[in-house]
Amino acid sequence: MNNDFNREKPIYAQLVERICSDIIKNRLAPGMKMLSVREYALEVGVNVNTVQRVYKELEQMRLTETKRGQGTFITTDEARIQLLRQETRRRIVEQFFHNMNEFGFTKEEVLAEIKRLGADTHD
Amino acid sequence: MINVKKVCYKHRNRPVLNDVSFQIPIGKVIGIAGENGAGKSTLLRLLAGIKNPDDGTITLDHQPLTHRTCSRFAYLPDTDDFYSYLTGVQLFQFYETQFEDFNFLKALEVADFLDINIEQKIKTLSKGQRGRLKMAATLGRETTYYFMDEPFSGLDPMVRDSLIKGLIRFTDAETQTIVLSTHELYEVEPILDALLLLKNGEVISYHSLETIREEWQQDAVSWMKKQYRKE
Repeated sequence: MNNDFNREKPIYAQLVERICSDIIKNRLAPGMKMLSVREYALEVGVNVNTVQRVYKELEQMRLTETKRGQGTFITTDEARIQLLRQETRRRIVEQFFHNMNEFGFTKEEVLAEIKRLGADTHD
Repeated sequence: MINVKKVCYKHRNRPVLNDVSFQIPIGKVIGIAGENGAGKSTLLRLLAGIKNPDDGTITLDHQPLTHRTCSRFAYLPDTDDFYSYLTGVQLFQFYETQFEDFNFLKALEVADFLDINIEQKIKTLSKGQRGRLKMAATLGRETTYYFMDEPFSGLDPMVRDSLIKGLIRFTDAETQTIVLSTHELYEVEPILDALLLLKNGEVISYHSLETIREEWQQDAVSWMKKQYRKE
């Protein structure tokens, strides 16, 4: 249960990323109730304090809302979720271009490759 | 908060702990790691008030440890010959007579969560079952500080995972503190807030794991190896 964490990165940051990805995939839909801090800690097998930090970060990112006495919910602000999608997409692509650049590939080569792959896959 | 100040402990004139100072706040899970003979068990026994330091002081909320304050510490020993002639239920009944803070129903609940057969005599239980029973008896106590000596040692990964889940499930992260020694650092790391490294009876590092990961980009195991090489 614990071994799917990358060890050189704070666990809270990895969990924030995991939840963001679930929001983007709509596995955590707008308005959906999240597990309590303790339930989530139990599910992923980490310290409750770590999960508390995760929930605090998500709240600060305005991706979740805590309703007093009811629990924590995924935001119903669609614009916020769209922004998350856009930022995440951009970050991953930027990272990808950066990596390719490190290998010495030009932007043109990379774009050509992407085009070819895009034409190959139909889903 | 527990404050350990310049603590020394000798066993037959051989120093086991030497000038150890650190603090244990409430609401943390703290791991103690270090090679065999580094002083982990001795440190836990001193914290739990089972032994007294030869030199230095240990205080709880600025008061020296007394027999009375120590009775509020739950201690999980690393011994395996644990009241072997009792059944699990009898062990809980015994604990109830010994500790004011023991909650029989909570112990049963933990035992149920950990899937322990509490009708069976302890000596006929498997090592994994005994490990779980010790945990249930310890968590049955409702107190602020839990000291656990190698709670996962020699147990298979499934038992270990269920014990870890039991720890998360049956303790309150805000009001309780768990200090545990372990060699299974890689597996236990996700539930730790901080890691205290002992080497030759001295504290060589005491940091939060988020600091170790965030500032030094290391996991607990490589951190420990690096600190050990440094000396």
